[in-house]
Amino acid sequence: MDADPQTSLLSVLREQLDLTGSKYGCGEGQCGACTVLIDGKAQRSCITRVGAVSQKEITTIEGLARGEQLHPVQEAFLDAGAMQCGYCTSGMIMSAVALLKRNPRPKESEIVAFMDGNVCRCGTYARIVSAVQKAASIATASPAAKGADR
Amino acid sequence: MSAKIHPQIPLEPERYELAAAPPYRFDLGRRDFFKFLGAGVLVVSVLKPAIIAQESGGARRRGDSLPKEVDAWLHLGENGKVTVYTGKAEMGQNIRTSLSQGVAEELHVPIDKIEMVMGDTQLTPFDMGTFGSRTTPTMNLQLRKVAASARETLIGLAAAQWQTERQHLIAADGKVTDPQNKRSVEYAALTKGQLLTQTVSEETPLIPAAKWKVAGQSALKVDGRDFVTGTHRYPSDQKLPDMLYGKVLRPPAFGATLVSVDTQKAEQAGASVVHDGNFVGVAAASIEAATTAVAAIHAEWKSEPQPSSKELFDYLRKNTAEGNDPTGDGDRYDVGAVDQALSAADHRLQQTYTVSYIAHVPLEPRAALAKWDGDNLTVWTGTQRPFGVRGQLAEAFRISEDRVRVFMPDTGSGYGGKHTGETAIEAARLARAAKRPVKVVWTREEEFTWAYFRPAGVIDVTSGVRGDGMITAWEFHNYNSGSAGIRTYYEIPNQRIVFHATNSPLRQGSYRALAATANHFARESHMDEIAHTVRMDPLEFRLKNLKDERLRAVFEAAAKQFSWGKSKTAGQGFGMGGGYEKLGNIATFAEVQVDQKSGDVKVVRVVSAFECGAIVNPDGLRNQIEGSNVQGLGGALFEAIEFDNGKILNGRMSEYRVPRFSDLPVLETVLLDRKDIPSVGAGECPMIGLAPAIANAIFDATGVRLRSLPLVPDGLKTS
Repeated sequence: MDADPQTSLLSVLREQLDLTGSKYGCGEGQCGACTVLIDGKAQRSCITRVGAVSQKEITTIEGLARGEQLHPVQEAFLDAGAMQCGYCTSGMIMSAVALLKRNPRPKESEIVAFMDGNVCRCGTYARIVSAVQKAASIATASPAAKGADR
Repeated sequence: MSAKIHPQIPLEPERYELAAAPPYRFDLGRRDFFKFLGAGVLVVSVLKPAIIAQESGGARRRGDSLPKEVDAWLHLGENGKVTVYTGKAEMGQNIRTSLSQGVAEELHVPIDKIEMVMGDTQLTPFDMGTFGSRTTPTMNLQLRKVAASARETLIGLAAAQWQTERQHLIAADGKVTDPQNKRSVEYAALTKGQLLTQTVSEETPLIPAAKWKVAGQSALKVDGRDFVTGTHRYPSDQKLPDMLYGKVLRPPAFGATLVSVDTQKAEQAGASVVHDGNFVGVAAASIEAATTAVAAIHAEWKSEPQPSSKELFDYLRKNTAEGNDPTGDGDRYDVGAVDQALSAADHRLQQTYTVSYIAHVPLEPRAALAKWDGDNLTVWTGTQRPFGVRGQLAEAFRISEDRVRVFMPDTGSGYGGKHTGETAIEAARLARAAKRPVKVVWTREEEFTWAYFRPAGVIDVTSGVRGDGMITAWEFHNYNSGSAGIRTYYEIPNQRIVFHATNSPLRQGSYRALAATANHFARESHMDEIAHTVRMDPLEFRLKNLKDERLRAVFEAAAKQFSWGKSKTAGQGFGMGGGYEKLGNIATFAEVQVDQKSGDVKVVRVVSAFECGAIVNPDGLRNQIEGSNVQGLGGALFEAIEFDNGKILNGRMSEYRVPRFSDLPVLETVLLDRKDIPSVGAGECPMIGLAPAIANAIFDATGVRLRSLPLVPDGLKTS
């Protein structure tokens, strides 16, 4: 991987690696559309310089499913109809995955607090909260699904 | 009931940013169709039957020729695949799903056998655009007719094959069945080798809503998997080999003109530079290189002094346009004798309400990828009007429309904000100079500044009421914000309602629900004020002055769900607002909690009752209503564009607050499913009751009457 270390991680992901699932929304870490996991933590890739993550493990939305099998959070978003235009969905799912990794059974208030940096302009927040709760119950109930929570 | 009133209310023209659509002529012959689509059965609908009849010079034999103007096609391939072509655009309202439901219902095929080709000016029939909540009442109905005609055609083909009477045959599950003789044939077997075209017959029976099996049921987003896996390619995700990234030099203020420009450094950096009139832009190998190159351009601009948001409402009132009625007689309503009725009233009330400019903030900013092949231009862009943008491109480059193809991949929302083709024109101009494809994606700051805003407005309301609570006079003047929803649905014998067009200091255009939000805010706030003046319960007062059964029904349903009339605790307040817009009926009840010390206002609970005729997709509908309420919270509580001297002062996400998870109230939705009434749209109407419901609830909690949107950008100041 050859890139100017000052380039944003989002730009490298989208334009050089053609991983366009992570989205540009604001360019200042305010909307969460660009959220990826860096060593398992939710980070805003639009304000992360690629030079700062050279030795780190980065997971984008494209890396969540295992083949045809969706991650429980992806499955839960689908089942809950937790999207309209879907432009925020990648970032929402990545934030939710990071939250559940840290806190497998979050209370509603904890979901709201953790996800407050992710904007859905279509206003599907209530459905996203339900989806995260559903994913949490699936993940904690099923050992197989737990395995998928990388 | 005011079925008497409703049909007289013209749909608000998308007044500000839309030019009149050019007349359209579609000239694809039947042979070309099948060359492109493959053999099978093609059903097309006719846009304007009267005009077609005139132009065709008399009766047309079946399959003789295609009508020149069509608005939806359905192709049944030899493999049984159903492909539907519509110029409508998907941006999150989930019409790809709801339209598929309508087709599946009438054609009796599973939803997953249907492919919707949408918003591509080369592949789909002309469509004015996706706005005004028109998809469900018009396109869904039209596609159901198309699908029903296809079904009847298939039954006819089976009847011919079996040499039997068609009334003995049944279409179901992708087959035509003859129950008497226990035989059936797959649609695919019937379409094999056919080159049959069929125009829609208005007589073809549609399945009544009460008997719907697929429509009327909740359906999840048909291609939802592409969105949760990040594989869907939005306009800003489009790429082509050898593509460059474009960037436009922006003036320091609105309306500024270029005095001088030096682009040498940008050229030295290897960028392709265009300077054409006031347009200066670059194209380079990466976003970063383009950004650097445009920053290296030295330019001098000249700009004129311009008003600021501080003086906005005075400015609007003083700057009404001459001959202020560009759309004819739809903007002024006079009934009875208002002045006499006001003089004779037991109580008179006069108040002024205002709304600020707000931004759409679609999470995906405007984006376009443009490519030239000789004089032919192809553009991928996020727009609600692919055909409108095609016209803008043709005009900008002085080429004919048939040389332009605009393709709209399902986009990251619009809310009325993506009717125009700025990025398409910019990308195309840069691509023509660079002789390579160019992609332009606006930054969030560009989106905040160079798009258009929801119009600001000033509304003066004067009312007269009898001691018993009957409203006798109603005078309503809207300056600038628009005339959508301007008429009152309350029964008032004397009315004067006027829209005043104004020279807006900012570029303005459509926003979800248009001016219905502003007009309902003023009207429903004022209704609350009169109710308090005559010491009546706000619900009782509304119902006393309201005959429309459908509106009464939503107010009553929401009141019941909300438990209107229950007692409240300190800081708690309840309020309502509602009305009629885009053929739908909404009542919204809100509960707020006001912290008297900090001034913090929290919307705790919102109950919406909505009726839009026969419901096509109940869960999709709930999603739209919930979303309207959440998005509506922003404009109601805190969103406002601040500007000064041609500059936007808060054009960043960090400076312009939009609703977030922590703003989310408990949302309860009551759906009234009127299977006896044709389905209408739901993307806009559910938003209009929220702002007045919150304002009225704040008054209920505190006794403070707020008459400006946003209501509490900095919290409630009671002192």
